[in-house]
Amino acid sequence: MDAIELLKFYFITPQEIIGILTGVLREGLMYSVASLGVYITYKILDFPDMTVDSSFPLGMSITAILLILDVPPILTLCISFIAGALVGVITGIIHVKFGVRDLLSGIIVMTALYSINLRIAGRSNLPVFKKPTIFHLEYFNFLDRSMKTILILLVIVAICKILLDYYLKTKNGYLLRSVGDNEKLVTALAKDKGNVKIIGLAIANGFVAFAGSIFTHDRGFFEISAGTGTLVIAVSNVIIGMQIAKRIKCISDTTAVIIGSILYRACISIALSWGLEPRDLKLITASLLLIILVMNSIKRKNKVA
Amino acid sequence: MIELRNVSKYYNTGSVTETCVFNKFNLNIDKNEFVSVVGSNGSGKTTMLNIICGSIKVDRGDVFLDNKNITNVPEYKRMVKIGRVFQNPAFGTCPSLNIIENMALAENKNKSFDLKPLVDKNRVEKYKTMLKSLNLGLEDKCDINVGALSGGQRQAIALLMSTMIDIKFLILDEHTAALDPKTADVIMELTDKIVKEKNLTAIMVTHNLRYAVEYGNRLLMMHDGQIVIDVKNEEKKNLKVEDVLDKFTTISIECGN
Ligand SMILES: Nc1ncnc2c1ncn2[C@@H]1O[C@H](COP(=O)(O)OP(=O)(O)OP(=O)(O)O)[C@@H](O)[C@H]1O
Ligand SMILES: [Mg+2]
Repeated sequence: MDAIELLKFYFITPQEIIGILTGVLREGLMYSVASLGVYITYKILDFPDMTVDSSFPLGMSITAILLILDVPPILTLCISFIAGALVGVITGIIHVKFGVRDLLSGIIVMTALYSINLRIAGRSNLPVFKKPTIFHLEYFNFLDRSMKTILILLVIVAICKILLDYYLKTKNGYLLRSVGDNEKLVTALAKDKGNVKIIGLAIANGFVAFAGSIFTHDRGFFEISAGTGTLVIAVSNVIIGMQIAKRIKCISDTTAVIIGSILYRACISIALSWGLEPRDLKLITASLLLIILVMNSIKRKNKVA
Repeated sequence: MIELRNVSKYYNTGSVTETCVFNKFNLNIDKNEFVSVVGSNGSGKTTMLNIICGSIKVDRGDVFLDNKNITNVPEYKRMVKIGRVFQNPAFGTCPSLNIIENMALAENKNKSFDLKPLVDKNRVEKYKTMLKSLNLGLEDKCDINVGALSGGQRQAIALLMSTMIDIKFLILDEHTAALDPKTADVIMELTDKIVKEKNLTAIMVTHNLRYAVEYGNRLLMMHDGQIVIDVKNEEKKNLKVEDVLDKFTTISIECGN
């Protein structure tokens, strides 16, 4: 084979490259919203919150039903956020007030929510095709469909990021940051550390359900199994993001999480282009997280040695 | 005032390692007393402070603060009136925030933690003046994360933070132990100044007998969950380091150490 043939064999036409890139951006941006939520639990609160695996499909099911009921698309996003936040509060109360271990509280709520999601949607798969979604809004009409989707996603992600950044600079936000860092300080400030954790879980799951809502808008259906692995994906995104933030000082944690989400999705696309199939997706996501974690711990060992 | 009435405290109740730290322990501290507490390791000093602050529950007995029975009041609610510096320098500050952010948090204590920005640029100068009083050059390290500071530097900041707003009680657990001798002297002077200026009722645990004798208007020595020396006011003024040391040695010998 000569060079040109080789190129043709391994590489792809510009159109295909654009197609892959827009796909990566689209998925990456969508999951970056969920990752911003998991950034709060995993990074700030140091709380492995399994609830997200069900608050993501919660956002999906609520949105599917609301779209079918012709509720304005934007409103479905807000309602999903609120529903997610409520679920976060429940996990928080189980953990804080009843003293159940963090991981278990999340698993309990996740399991219960599985049934509730089925109840909300009425079945395990609910299509909402032919309903107007946030991606059909009359903005950016000069762009083609996929570019418009990405631009709308960019706007949503930017709003989420700016709001979260603002929140983390407020008095309440700083209290949240201290509770994961040094609970004793929060108590010394005469604040109930349990309540602060509950607030954190609420915001986090709000973001995740919000992401689930966007997902339904994009895909046009609710699917009960779509949430499985949300935590694994989001934690991977957050860890990649934190590595970026450590190396490039001038970007904020939240921006890094968003970039991490896109990079992570690019890795998945590469894995898929190597001949792995969509049904291998969970295997790929789990393996990727394992690789990331092992690489991190090797690096840490090298530093100590 | 702070009062412990018939307080009993056991660790690991029911197991072979059961330890009785206090058995019907009584203590009465009046308003504006500045009590220095000395005593051997494991004599129960930290446990006593934890009981007062509510970090641990008593098995029996009652705790009073300002004439109110607070035995069942949770720790965070007691902290409205109490400022505290821990034996462990990591406990007093938030390591991933910088000095200014930490101080801004402390200054907001007992106010609402709402959705307004925390750090007020106009206050930064005041924080820096406060940091200058520590003589540690921290006023030039304001935007360094506290986690990157030494234990002693953190402890000094923790003292400032715990007394930033108007509190009534100050609880100090070996707050100069992590400091070099010169810095310890500076911090001790500052502590004394703060206690006097703010009219605080203070308890200071220390292993430094000189500080215990020199500062404060009451001295307690604890041993095995009991108070073995309790001197106040005039009597305390005439007390010398040697007297305390003698008593300390006698007790240690009696106990076979
Ligand atoms: N969490 C705990 N579990 C079991 N025993 C404990 C615990 N904390 C303290 N103790 C025991 O209680 C006793 C008093 O401990 P405490 O920490 O109050 O001593 P201390 O006077 O502060 O000593 P030091 O001068 O070393 O700080 C010790 O015998 C200790 O072994
Ligand atoms: Mg102690």
